[in-house]
Amino acid sequence: MIDAMFGTNFADGAQRIISFQSRSPVFDIIAERMPQTLWVVGMSYVVGVLIALPIGIISAYKQYSIFDQIGTLISMIGFSVPTFFTGVLLIVIFSTMVPLDSIFWLPSIYDTTHEVTDWESFKFQMRQMAMPVFVLALFNAAQISRYMRASMLDNLGQDYVRTARAKGMTEKIVVLKHVLRNSMIPVITVIALGVPQVFGGAIITEQVFKVNGLGQLLITAIQGSDIPMVMTLTFMFAILIVLFNLIADVLYGVLDPRIRYD
Amino acid sequence: MTDATQQPDRVRSQWWDIWDQFKTHRGAVIGLGFLIFITLFVLLGPLLWQVDPGKLDIRNKDMRPIYTILWDSEAKVSWAKPLGSDNLGRDILANLMQGGRISMAVGWTAMLLSVILGTLIGVLAGYFKRLDGLLMRFTDLVLALPLLPLLLVMMLLFRDSLRATFGPENGIFILIVVAIGITSWMQTARIVRGDVLALKEREFVLAARSIGTPSRRMITRHILPNVLSPIMVSATLGLATAIITESALSFLGLGFPSDFPTWGKILFDSVDRMTNYPERVIWPGLCISLTVLAVNYIGDGLRDALDPRIRGQ
Repeated sequence: MIDAMFGTNFADGAQRIISFQSRSPVFDIIAERMPQTLWVVGMSYVVGVLIALPIGIISAYKQYSIFDQIGTLISMIGFSVPTFFTGVLLIVIFSTMVPLDSIFWLPSIYDTTHEVTDWESFKFQMRQMAMPVFVLALFNAAQISRYMRASMLDNLGQDYVRTARAKGMTEKIVVLKHVLRNSMIPVITVIALGVPQVFGGAIITEQVFKVNGLGQLLITAIQGSDIPMVMTLTFMFAILIVLFNLIADVLYGVLDPRIRYD
Repeated sequence: MTDATQQPDRVRSQWWDIWDQFKTHRGAVIGLGFLIFITLFVLLGPLLWQVDPGKLDIRNKDMRPIYTILWDSEAKVSWAKPLGSDNLGRDILANLMQGGRISMAVGWTAMLLSVILGTLIGVLAGYFKRLDGLLMRFTDLVLALPLLPLLLVMMLLFRDSLRATFGPENGIFILIVVAIGITSWMQTARIVRGDVLALKEREFVLAARSIGTPSRRMITRHILPNVLSPIMVSATLGLATAIITESALSFLGLGFPSDFPTWGKILFDSVDRMTNYPERVIWPGLCISLTVLAVNYIGDGLRDALDPRIRGQ
């Protein structure tokens, strides 16, 4: 079905793109790997955005307060510390130092064959996702909260904010309605531009936690010189990036009425 | 920058003001201190600690760091190996120094390459209107490429031929530096182009043009000195990303050959044994993280210091 969508089923299976490594059609393998990547990386992106927005808003509103200082420090750390180090550090702490029977113990290897059927297996799924999601969410949140803070700061000094306050509006409405809406414009484009990376999979994090998602697929394909696989994957990433660049541009026009594309 | 310090206070140069502003950013000063420290550590360290990082000492393998004795009196430690040794008996401290040299060398060269490339393209696009559209579309094109997969594919394609021509170590060094350099110049190019476009409309440029300054001298004498500050800021950020990218590549096993340590490589080699020997992962990881953190803080401080709107407040 996916073959048909991409138009690669030229002769009903006879000439499909076959992986050098596994001798099976490339798109079958990609379809197999897609859910893991979307679960882990997608979830971490959502978590990252949800953490980043409030942090960015509060630290811009209370600039130079203790909250802002700590938030900036944490985002600086999340920005600077590579994901392979945070991942490994978390494994050292939560998989080896914490005793096996404690509730803080987390599995260091992501079990892809695990299926969620009842509450227990759901809890296990959550536990095995916790570390990779946290690592990636920290990295994403660090970047997005920096943008959010800078954009909020830009807008908080504007004249319309003073006007809104002079009209006697409460701080909550001024900040959350007037300022937030305007400062979301650049942030939303940043968020949209980051979405293709979700599909691309986090190559390094997947490698650390042995999640066999798309990033891991790419790296094994590269190591095995599996040219059809590499080409298909990179082509897919390219299309996604172009698509989301377009979406970001369109969103920019929708959100900011001052911008018009002639 | 140092020339200005000897001059009397009356002719304070701009750089002196910038340094004053830079000093008020606490994180940046600490970052600068740490960067100097780690640079001295990797440059002068091997002179003081003369242990060959590649020397196999199989009898003294799997040593723990010296501080392990504090909580585990039975641990295998020795003053001869202050940070322990790996599974082949190689000294970790010496490896960290050697690996740091490589990581820093890759970081600086790749950063220089990307800054030169970015400045060149940015200035050309900003100054010559005819080249603007072409060069900026090219920049957008490169910007749209996903970097890590691209780097991995480059490694796959060019590794063997470069190894054959320049030898295993130099070949990989050239490949990594060039790969990082040509995938990270776009931000610099965009910023520089924007600044050049704004500068071109200023009166002093008009004045210089009216006395018949040729384009080449115009760029080197009037444009470049004025776009120096954004270039410096993006250079610091470039250094940070270059170090991270190099260690990420090494971590994925696509970097330098295995007997050629870099921080990322040491980390990657130790991951399999991190349950028993967590320190082998933590030390190189800390080196990478703290260096990058320091460089990022310096970039932050530099950006504040070079912004004339903030300076002097």
